[in-house]
Amino acid sequence: MSTSAGETRVPVMEAPNVLEFPFSRSTGPVIGAFMTALRDEAKILGATTATGKVIVPPLEYDPETGEATTGLVDVGSSGVVTTWAWVREPGPKHPLAKPFAWALIKLDGADTALVHAVDAGSPDAMSTGMRVTAHFKPEREGHIRDIECFVPSSGSAGGESGTPSGGVRTPEEVFSSGTAPNEGSADASTGQADEAPGPVRKISTPIELVYRFTAGRATSRFVRGLLDFKILGQRCPSCTKVYVPPRGSCAKCGVATEEEVELPTTGTVTTFCVVNVPFYGQKIKIPYVTATILLDGADIGLFHLIQECEADEVHMGMRVEAVWQEPENMVPGLEAIQHFRPTGEPDADYDTYKEHV
Amino acid sequence: MSGQRCAVVGIGQTKYASVRDDVSIAGLLREAAVRALEDAEMVWSDIDAVVIGKAPDMFEGVVMPEAYLADALGAAGKPMIRVHTAGSVGGSTALVAASLVQGGIHDKVLTVAFEKQSESDAMWALSRPIPFAPPTLAGAGGYFAPHIRSYIRRSGAPADIGIKVAVKDRLNALKNPYAHLHMEDISFSKVEESMMLWDPIRYLETCPSSDGACAMVLAAEPIGDAAASRGARPPAWLHATAMRSEPTMFAARDAVNPRAGQDCAADLYRQAGITNPRSEIDMAEIYVPFSWYEAMWMENLGFAPLGEGWKMVEEGATALDGDMPINCSGGVLSSNPIGASGMIRFAESALQVRGMAGEHQVPDCRLAMGHAYGGGSQYFAMWLVGAAKPG
Repeated sequence: MSTSAGETRVPVMEAPNVLEFPFSRSTGPVIGAFMTALRDEAKILGATTATGKVIVPPLEYDPETGEATTGLVDVGSSGVVTTWAWVREPGPKHPLAKPFAWALIKLDGADTALVHAVDAGSPDAMSTGMRVTAHFKPEREGHIRDIECFVPSSGSAGGESGTPSGGVRTPEEVFSSGTAPNEGSADASTGQADEAPGPVRKISTPIELVYRFTAGRATSRFVRGLLDFKILGQRCPSCTKVYVPPRGSCAKCGVATEEEVELPTTGTVTTFCVVNVPFYGQKIKIPYVTATILLDGADIGLFHLIQECEADEVHMGMRVEAVWQEPENMVPGLEAIQHFRPTGEPDADYDTYKEHV
Repeated sequence: MSGQRCAVVGIGQTKYASVRDDVSIAGLLREAAVRALEDAEMVWSDIDAVVIGKAPDMFEGVVMPEAYLADALGAAGKPMIRVHTAGSVGGSTALVAASLVQGGIHDKVLTVAFEKQSESDAMWALSRPIPFAPPTLAGAGGYFAPHIRSYIRRSGAPADIGIKVAVKDRLNALKNPYAHLHMEDISFSKVEESMMLWDPIRYLETCPSSDGACAMVLAAEPIGDAAASRGARPPAWLHATAMRSEPTMFAARDAVNPRAGQDCAADLYRQAGITNPRSEIDMAEIYVPFSWYEAMWMENLGFAPLGEGWKMVEEGATALDGDMPINCSGGVLSSNPIGASGMIRFAESALQVRGMAGEHQVPDCRLAMGHAYGGGSQYFAMWLVGAAKPG
């Protein structure tokens, strides 16, 4: 295989970057009533509008007019597939572990369609216009997944009656009429409290996003330098300022930075913060000091940890040096430097770093 | 200021609180928007366009919330725009809405900004470890505390300036029924003794974490004139609007007194013909998430000479009865639904010139400033509103 003459391309560095958090969602009264009825009554509610339509799943506000919806009404648990798509390979978060259809299902008595899974076994068993019926889980928690899936309706009648029962209810009426999922069957002698769990007002929506983070050329060179115990900056050809970590460009001049400058591991603390706040996902034990460190010969501060001294000993002008990871613990990135520690030298004169304060 | 005249004719706020679990995100915005429409004596069908803003989507974990919120804001069949400039977004959202009126595109624009911080954790969202970087991120306080320390060193300010601002704003909040924090027992010693979270920032020198929304109806001149002639709820007239931004990191950047903020204020004053902002502007609602930032922004906005912003705090100039009242509503230090916090500043400045600020009204307020900043002090949005039309 021939290659054309030209620069050798060194691949940029990559690393996984995972965002995950258990968000909690306030449902508000309308969605809360929908979820409460799923859990307590195994019923699907729609929202009625001033123009006489029934929206399923219910919305708080009529998309056509912007007016608040007027109440809640039971719709049938069977309906018609209005369109669908077959999922050959279910993903880890799909409602079914086997191939299924995502379908829009217009339930009996509803004017809009609900999206849900249909377990039909094969795409050959799916068709627009087919009737399907909700299959509820026996144990329900107040979530759209209380409907495990829809299944093709059995019998020539095409499923149960399409006539919704009952009249229009308010969210409060749904909340108060609810019964706990297992009420009536619970064994009182077990002494289980078995209290009604109350209306659904909040649901947990855990979200996980997995990205592949690409460092870019300047950061890749910087990180590879760190793995060789070197701190590599870049000088701006226009203003001659030395950037560390290098970003491949000078944001002030708007030009690319190419010239590489190796910097010493010593520098001066220009300013800092003592962190004493715990938070989700925190990696370091509090209290700890984060500081802006102006490496000797650099023109922009590097943000890193100061350790090997008490937090209250850290001060502006303090001379510090990098402490590298042990070779066996070396990791790509600025964590190749464990932290900075005081050198014991006399403080830097304020005039030498005041432009950076 | 170029373009058509624009007036604020409606303002609506929710009560700010740490948890509004009685409403969905849509219900929260709706509450503010309905109040703004009522104030404007309008109904949903009167509105031509909707402009909404919020801070990062990670704060609630709802990606592109504007799509889901269109129903709640009556936006079907209308232009709907979402703005995002980090913490300054409430201000820049109002300015994008204003530009639609000033540009003659629409006559009546509804603008809404919100945050529902209780659905997540902003500390987490702002402190995500980034591959190849050290795990040093520690929320907004972790970013701003070193700059506050720099300001103290540069200005030689006494150590208690941040405490004084924190007390002043919480006392102001007692006069604002919408404020999240109503700390009847606030005092200098209570702030001083509160936990040092991000040294030099104490717990009570920080803003709370709030749920809330703020909305405004911005309208063309004839609609403003009609509101003025009805009289009960007079309009606030826009006199100047400006936005500026700058990169977060570049060599020799002044993060304490950012150039973008100075330029934004200078542009604002040029548009309004202002040469002495401290004497010509009657009050300002500015974005102060950590109490020291009041002193810092006094200098950035040209209300005080360089290095002397803290003196305005010490002299009481920024108190409700001072010569330059700042954050009479209690400010971000008393209510912080992040995405809405900038718009609240803009709305509160408008309430002041409308004479509708209630107990925290500055007497005879004719010209007021709304200010917001965001990111690493890299986005700025400001406006000046007046009781009279611009000349």
